[in-house]
Amino acid sequence: MSHDATAGDRPHTDTAGTQQTGMRDVPFRGGGFVHRPLGPVAPIVFLVILAIWELGSRSGFISPIALPAPSAAFAALVDLFQTGMLWKHLGASLYRLLLGWSLGSLLGIAVGLAVGLFSLARAGLLPLVSALFPVPKIALLPLFIIWFGIGEGSKVATILFGTFFPTVIATYAGVDNVDRNLIRMGQSFGLSWLSIVRKIIVPGAMPAILSGFRISASIAIVLLVAAEMIGAEFGVGAYILMAGALFALDQLIAGVALLSLLGLCIAWAIGKLEKRLLAWRM
Amino acid sequence: MQLILQNITHRYGGSTVLDDISLTVDDGEIVCIVGPSGCGKSTLLRIAGGLEKPGGGKALLSGPTPEGSLNPLTYIFQDFALLPWRTVEGNVSLVLEDHGIARSERTGIIADVLARTNLSDFAKALPRQLSGGMKQRVAIARALAVKPAIMLMDEPLSALDSQTRELLMDDLVALWTRERFSACYVTHNLNEAVRLGRRIIVLSRRPGRIRDIVEIDMPLAERVERLPELESLQRRVWEIMREEAREADREITDVA
Repeated sequence: MSHDATAGDRPHTDTAGTQQTGMRDVPFRGGGFVHRPLGPVAPIVFLVILAIWELGSRSGFISPIALPAPSAAFAALVDLFQTGMLWKHLGASLYRLLLGWSLGSLLGIAVGLAVGLFSLARAGLLPLVSALFPVPKIALLPLFIIWFGIGEGSKVATILFGTFFPTVIATYAGVDNVDRNLIRMGQSFGLSWLSIVRKIIVPGAMPAILSGFRISASIAIVLLVAAEMIGAEFGVGAYILMAGALFALDQLIAGVALLSLLGLCIAWAIGKLEKRLLAWRM
Repeated sequence: MQLILQNITHRYGGSTVLDDISLTVDDGEIVCIVGPSGCGKSTLLRIAGGLEKPGGGKALLSGPTPEGSLNPLTYIFQDFALLPWRTVEGNVSLVLEDHGIARSERTGIIADVLARTNLSDFAKALPRQLSGGMKQRVAIARALAVKPAIMLMDEPLSALDSQTRELLMDDLVALWTRERFSACYVTHNLNEAVRLGRRIIVLSRRPGRIRDIVEIDMPLAERVERLPELESLQRRVWEIMREEAREADREITDVA
């Protein structure tokens, strides 16, 4: 109403000078707010930053004590590769990561399904999960060392617990979100309980489980490095810690680049998995 | 096989949704249930198919189950209820997999029902690639695969646009003429009711009671030719419903 009143008061005075009466285009007001895919932008941005960084280091603007040049970090990486230590560190890290993450995810999916399907499991386990999820698992590492030993056990356990809780939550939320009508349809055709779970609930919860994987994989990498920094001979985390202790910043940057690459590879793998398992959604 | 509902009464929380409803679906008969929104039509259908327990009264079956029927009471849902991750044939296969049928026999049944619903070319398509009408045809094919004795149809055409609805109605009439299935057909669309129903049961607004029953003797196949006669029937049903619908429209609902 107020719009009408103000507009009606002086309808012509503002535009009187430019009033048009002939045939003209309807002014275009749409467009925007939509993203276009711009393929090569990401690598270009990355390369430009590296180039500026390298130039800054070469010209002496960036002190090598504060930040080594990318070429120095790359040289450290090459050195790591040539001495054969790369595989030793990376192998140890990958072993812990894969074992911890897959065990944690499997257990998490199992418990998440139970919480999603059974009232008793939901009533009994959900408060426990909610209470333990926010505890930083790295704080429990001393406990894990006592329980599982200083070796691989405590590191794997840290990653396992870190990935377990987010997977439980993603899985049971996914089960809760399965279309009730599809379940009712299964019941109306006399499908067995197991068939309904296997053919309707699990595939229906799959999108949520896979996005849970993305989160749990990142958490796993963070915990891996933290656990390796506390007590490990080999592993990317140990390598970074050693480099930091010696102020070998080029090696430190090389180690961080390794971690970043690892994260990218995992994200890519999960993306592939999503494409395969969720092809029906495209 | 007959489906008999005896004195069905049902309440959600404090409010009565269905009040003392008795009706019978005879062999080879399509019974339409119409009523204003929120009168408990869908609840009644869920009770009829054993998906919900009535608060009072009984849902009964009488007569022998037809030979080879895997799922005597079979639903067709308004939202089609197809698994989006299965192809058309996968969706039909789903309802056969729990019955211990050999794979070769299963593929035979699937090919047969897809042919009967003119879907053979779409066997490998995913639901998202199909139009609403095609999706409902898949759901009908799936229902036919288990050889139902009585189809329970919950607003099967309500999610479709009016042209598609017209096409599917023709399909249903053709199918009924061939197979003489019996059906309990819930709808709010009076046109569908007079086109398909042998009997139309008009429910009142909540609590749903049987307000009136309209019998239509005209053979199903002839109805498309005799639309003016149906028109007047449809108006008669509307006259019965009008006040109820108006009141129902003005009600504040507290039950989903």
